[in-house]
Amino acid sequence: MSTPFYVSPQQAMADRAEYARKGIARGRSLVVLQYADGIVFVGENPSRALHKFSEIYDRIGFAAAGKYNEYENLRIGGVRYADLRGYTYDRDDVTARGLANVYAQTLGTIFSSAAEKPYEVELVVAEVGTDPEGDQIYRLPHDGSIVDEHGSVAVGGNAEQISGFLDQRHRDGMTLAEALKLAVQALSREPGGGEREIPAERLEVAVLDRTRPQQRKFKRIVGRQLARLLETESAASTPTDAPSDAEDGDSTGTDTGRASGSESGSSEETDK
Amino acid sequence: MDFLSEQSPEMLPGNRSLPPLQGAIEAPHGTTIVATSFPGGVVLAGDRRATMGNMIAQRDIEKVFPADEYSAVGIAGTAGLAVEMVKLFQLELEHFEKVEGAQLSLEGKANRLSTMIRSNLAMAMQGLAVVPLFAGYDIDRDKGRIFSYDVTGGRSEETGYAATGSGSIFARGSMKKLYREDLTQEQALTLVVQALYDAADDDSATGGPDVARRIYPIVTVITDEGFRRLTDQESSEIARSILERRLEQPDGPRAALL
Repeated sequence: MSTPFYVSPQQAMADRAEYARKGIARGRSLVVLQYADGIVFVGENPSRALHKFSEIYDRIGFAAAGKYNEYENLRIGGVRYADLRGYTYDRDDVTARGLANVYAQTLGTIFSSAAEKPYEVELVVAEVGTDPEGDQIYRLPHDGSIVDEHGSVAVGGNAEQISGFLDQRHRDGMTLAEALKLAVQALSREPGGGEREIPAERLEVAVLDRTRPQQRKFKRIVGRQLARLLETESAASTPTDAPSDAEDGDSTGTDTGRASGSESGSSEETDK
Repeated sequence: MDFLSEQSPEMLPGNRSLPPLQGAIEAPHGTTIVATSFPGGVVLAGDRRATMGNMIAQRDIEKVFPADEYSAVGIAGTAGLAVEMVKLFQLELEHFEKVEGAQLSLEGKANRLSTMIRSNLAMAMQGLAVVPLFAGYDIDRDKGRIFSYDVTGGRSEETGYAATGSGSIFARGSMKKLYREDLTQEQALTLVVQALYDAADDDSATGGPDVARRIYPIVTVITDEGFRRLTDQESSEIARSILERRLEQPDGPRAALL
């Protein structure tokens, strides 16, 4: 009979964190920004069917970087939680805070359970309020902690560099076109310091728009509407960036396409 | 739905045990719902009365609800159960849409509602029936469609017009004489309010337009632009114009004899 090797808990946790971080870093980054009328989600996503952003409830949106099948699982769990809550009590009783807590519990349990591999995902749960002060953005890293964010947040491969870039330039009360422009600028920064072009077809954009008359504030921005917004951006102002950001060499190549996960259904465009 | 039945089955309408029946249960009942289709969409409307036996339980109840962006459901029968059924139906459509990333087909929605009515059969046998009318815009076929139901969940698609509830006999007769295939949206809106007026005229459980209290029928229209409920202002205008004509002609417009 062989005795198992002793691995100190610190070492075990560090290994698991390292594993999860590497998995997340392989995915492309995405950003979530506040703007005057709500919250905008922007990410690079070559797939039309596998969404990175989705609606959870009336005012709550969900964004995830990492492994598709794992965050899809969490997303469906979140939709179930929200719908069950809303049906049992009232639509107003479903909050991003409650949802973020549930996610944190789930991620934390999975992370520290020795039987399972940690989830390679990083989530953002955002809720749009009736005014900008009421907006809430929570970031949930792989280990189950919750970070309350304001203004802008980036997750995924190149997150540190991108959020550094955003923190310097994001301000309150931006228009949707301005926020979108900033987000695209941030996403096109290469880890090495260079820039690359992201064509509109590869962008996935969604908003939680507090001015929408419907109860459900989540809306995907696709096709012509997206092209129009991107156009106004380039016409309105010329890009003003040349700052020397420190390149934190935190991530490896970002362009390994993620092929995991299953198709969730046809692409959607349900809102008018 | 599946999740709900696993997690907390007692919340689903079909799964409640009923106490032994002692006499008739007195609960508010909703009355008349009418619908008509026109090229480009469908109109669904309901009166505002709920009755409990021979008493008026509520004058301003709302019995027409949006099911999702492109469909609506109007309910006749036991108000409490019906409202809860609609709530669950709305939840299910929204849940499916969010999880799958696509809407159910109109046919799929109609079938789902059929199952929900059937699960209420035990209560229906005790006098607590729910009989809805379902109308929606079919995006795949580009037209408005109407589905009617019976207490056992039997579903049938109606062409042109349909009605349910205690005043439905009179409403259907009225619509039969007034309906044409080439109605405009405005005419279709007038048609359903006429039908409700006729139902209220002959059925004591159906409420007519209440000018003194400013309570008018709920009228909704669904087109390719989605669901829209007419504002109180709009529906009061339709009801008032009909009322005006009826002052001269109490039985309403006359159809040709031959």
